[in-house]
Amino acid sequence: MSDLRKTALLHFGILALLFGLQFILPAYHHGNLARIMVLASYAIGFNILFGYTGLLSLGHALFFAAGMYGMGMSVHLFEFSPAPALISGLVVGVIVSAAVGFLALRTAGVAFMIVTLMFAQAGYLTILYFGAFTRGDEGFVIQQSERILWGIDLSDATNRYFAAWVLFSVCLIFTLKLVQAPFGKTLIAIRENEERARMLGYDVFSRKLVAVILSGSMSALAGASYGLLFGYVGASFATVQYSIFPLLWVLLGGAGTVLGPLVGTLFMFYLIDLSSGVTSAYMLIAGVVLVLLTLYAPQGLAGELRARVWRWLP
Amino acid sequence: MTILSTRGLSKSFAGLKAVQGVDLNLPKGQIRALIGPNGAGKTTLVGLLCGRIAPTAGTVMFDGQDISNLPAHKRINLGIAYTFQVTSVFANLSVDENVALAARRRFSDAKVAGVVRDALEKVGLFDRADQNAGDLSYGHQRLLEIAMGLAQQPRLLILDEPTQGLAEAEVTDFKALVRDLAKTATVLLIEHNMSVVMELADQVTVLNFGQILAEGTPAEIHANQLVQAAYLGTG
Ligand SMILES: Nc1ncnc2c1ncn2[C@@H]1O[C@H](COP(=O)(O)OP(=O)(O)OP(=O)(O)O)[C@@H](O)[C@H]1O
Ligand SMILES: [Mg+2]
Repeated sequence: MSDLRKTALLHFGILALLFGLQFILPAYHHGNLARIMVLASYAIGFNILFGYTGLLSLGHALFFAAGMYGMGMSVHLFEFSPAPALISGLVVGVIVSAAVGFLALRTAGVAFMIVTLMFAQAGYLTILYFGAFTRGDEGFVIQQSERILWGIDLSDATNRYFAAWVLFSVCLIFTLKLVQAPFGKTLIAIRENEERARMLGYDVFSRKLVAVILSGSMSALAGASYGLLFGYVGASFATVQYSIFPLLWVLLGGAGTVLGPLVGTLFMFYLIDLSSGVTSAYMLIAGVVLVLLTLYAPQGLAGELRARVWRWLP
Repeated sequence: MTILSTRGLSKSFAGLKAVQGVDLNLPKGQIRALIGPNGAGKTTLVGLLCGRIAPTAGTVMFDGQDISNLPAHKRINLGIAYTFQVTSVFANLSVDENVALAARRRFSDAKVAGVVRDALEKVGLFDRADQNAGDLSYGHQRLLEIAMGLAQQPRLLILDEPTQGLAEAEVTDFKALVRDLAKTATVLLIEHNMSVVMELADQVTVLNFGQILAEGTPAEIHANQLVQAAYLGTG
């Protein structure tokens, strides 16, 4: 079997599995998995920039929040219905990521991390500053009546699971195609050796800019979907914590692997969920497991799988 | 007809004049060797040609066009290929992906596989196509660099000490390779191995302290007193 076949089989198999799980999972885990799929979509977006292009942004919460607020404000202020609201979230994400990319890509390495962090902080403060419209820290609820997409009530658990699955599938397949296409391979080349890529004739700046836009826009789409599916928009999603989450998920799951973001998000979610059931010092348990993983699986779970067993894993 | 020429090309690093007022004319189809003692400014000079390094002064013309203000990637796309003195392959990618990255810039997807195979066969690395580039021996990494240059099918190929680290037999193959390549391209070759220079070069340019010290056929350069003095360190 060719590597391409194996890859297709594995990834579509996982999508089929996620689809099937909704019929057997108890309500609690069913709800969790819907949330995990949306957050994993955010992590997939982050991974395009961090894992495949080699650019570490510490400000992705800005993009997640741009999508969430782009969606939420259009509902809140202009009474958009879900489909145009989602598009509006995506459009805001494209604009914000293009602007941030254009400015931040003048720097590299640690400076890039700091500049993106600063932009995200500025975004967070902007949300608070315009509290009269955004309701600041408190945020606002998207009512059930505002969450009916083409006659489908997204506040219903089954519909919500399905919507989250569609979003996740789109992000996963998009990324899979991207990293198999020449463009994605160029991003990997830039990650591996930027100077060499430049001296092969690649316009490194514009390719990195496209990577920021793809990554930021996917994060924004995830943010918009999160707000719509779970019915709440708030400034906490724009905090630095939400910039660090995708980094953790991707590191744990495997940076630069298509499945890594899902694996990492799932793992981290249940690590905290299970350990908080056992002890109130659950962050300690989570911390220890994270340290162990960094020591013994530095490439992340899917990354180790690729290094040891499945060399073809994209 | 001249494919590449420079006028007054200079580069200083914090007061150190690495390249000073170089006027270089490279006729189309020629194999030109660029020699000079360590630190003479050879790598810096070719860096100025392909846009890796910004000049302090001077101009570069390529194929009748002033490329002085073009960024490196645009110069490469005009048909200049550059291989690094310090091996700079994509260590974590496979050998054939390394060459494919070089070829993709120039060829449609359908042609890439053929071009890659061709380039790897020419340097004798085809049977290692699936290995990680970082796992190759130093000499094989040098050959991979050359294959990446070949895969771009450039009009001007700049090679910075390509034979460094190659075995005797590989050097012999390399000479044949460059001769073959020179039928379709101009070659600018930085080289310390004098047998390569003597056998391959149509013309030799000698650089010393950032300036052109002498220019001529290999035989002329061989007999030149100034050049001998520069190499012996008495110049
Ligand atoms: N980026 C840099 N910053 C400061 N000085 C530099 C830089 N690059 C080169 N130099 C200096 O410029 C001079 C010319 O260096 P260059 O590498 O061009 O010499 P070279 O002729 O290629 O030498 P070699 O034969 O050892 O490769 C040297 O004195 C070197 O130390
Ligand atoms: Mg040098």
